Amino acid sequence: MGGMHGLGSVAPEVDEPVFHADWERRVLALVIASPTRGNIDAGRHQRESIPGPACLGMTYYERWLAALRAMLITGGFVTESELATGVAQGPKATPRLGAEATPAALARQGSYLREGTGAFRPGDRVRARNLHPAGHTRLPRYARGRVGVVEACHGAHVFPDTHAHGGGEDPRPLYTVRFAARELWGPQAAARDSVSLDLWEPYLEPA
Amino acid sequence: MAHDHHDHDHEHNHGQAPPSDIALRVKALESLLVDKGLVDPAALDAIVDHFEHKVGPRNGARVVAKSWIDPWFRARLLADATAAIAELGYTGAQGEHMRAVENTPTVHNLVVCTLCSCYPWPVLGLPPVWYKSNAYRARAVIDPRGVLAEFGAVLPDEVKIRVWDSTAELRYLVIPERPAGTEGLNEESLAALVTRDGMIGTARL
Repeated sequence: MGGMHGLGSVAPEVDEPVFHADWERRVLALVIASPTRGNIDAGRHQRESIPGPACLGMTYYERWLAALRAMLITGGFVTESELATGVAQGPKATPRLGAEATPAALARQGSYLREGTGAFRPGDRVRARNLHPAGHTRLPRYARGRVGVVEACHGAHVFPDTHAHGGGEDPRPLYTVRFAARELWGPQAAARDSVSLDLWEPYLEPA
Repeated sequence: MAHDHHDHDHEHNHGQAPPSDIALRVKALESLLVDKGLVDPAALDAIVDHFEHKVGPRNGARVVAKSWIDPWFRARLLADATAAIAELGYTGAQGEHMRAVENTPTVHNLVVCTLCSCYPWPVLGLPPVWYKSNAYRARAVIDPRGVLAEFGAVLPDEVKIRVWDSTAELRYLVIPERPAGTEGLNEESLAALVTRDGMIGTARL
């Protein structure tokens, strides 16, 4: 939604608590502990699949809850009837994450870096391709078609557009690309401001 | 295990009132998943405790304060933030690929995630509601100066704003400028000056 108008002003809260209700604590914990955890891109895609008008009116943890329920069903972990009745059927499983293993699991430092090098180098001018996939992507609409400069190369990272849809990690080179604010927003933007995005090579072409 | 945070319970609406039955629906879902053996309730308590008490902006403040007094640490932080932050013991999900960006007299950095709400959990904890709001995600990239003004930070025209949209798994930590007149302070006192908003870039120290 980067660049959209009409969504109101930012309303910082003084001395904001970490959670605003106990159910928010439990939703966060359920999402992290549940067997649906593991593919961050699939989780994001599930949250993006909430129909737009409803999604705009939902809080963050309401979106998490909706996506968790959907993924529990599509993953075959619970049935619609179990969700509706609250009554468990079938054999009992063993939790993926036990209490003893939790502190180590929370501190575990994973990585999305994989083998591979890319075609672009720092200083190269690149254009974000004008792509509009119906599924998950991490190429924001406001950058599509715009020209920027590669400022950092990060090796190959897991590619969300494939990974979100069960296609495996499909690692692709990842770059930080800096766009002048005026390239993105026109003359209303300040002349020397910029926006940097982290973009995978399939989103880019030489410019 | 009992949940010992009920005294904090209160509903805030943020203009987006959740259905009144959501607490019941979450409780029912948790009971179902526990009954099915899919989650361990003690693990849930440990996760809540971690995010409520173990991680938060105090971690990031310690990173920033150390970078102000230890030039070698600062150099490591700017070269490989993930490794430098891990030296202080801050690791975990949403901190896999850290990058530290430094404010200077002529450059101010501001972090956003326009696509969802990506945020460096190990150093800042869970994001505040405004960071996850539609308004911040929409406006930080197109009107960073207007957003900063709403936080009470008006930047002179000669200061360049660099916005970082966290579109991949890199997570950004803003290193604010060390405030003037703090030469005599030790690391702990300096850390107390560092605010969460300063490390997102919506405030200057």
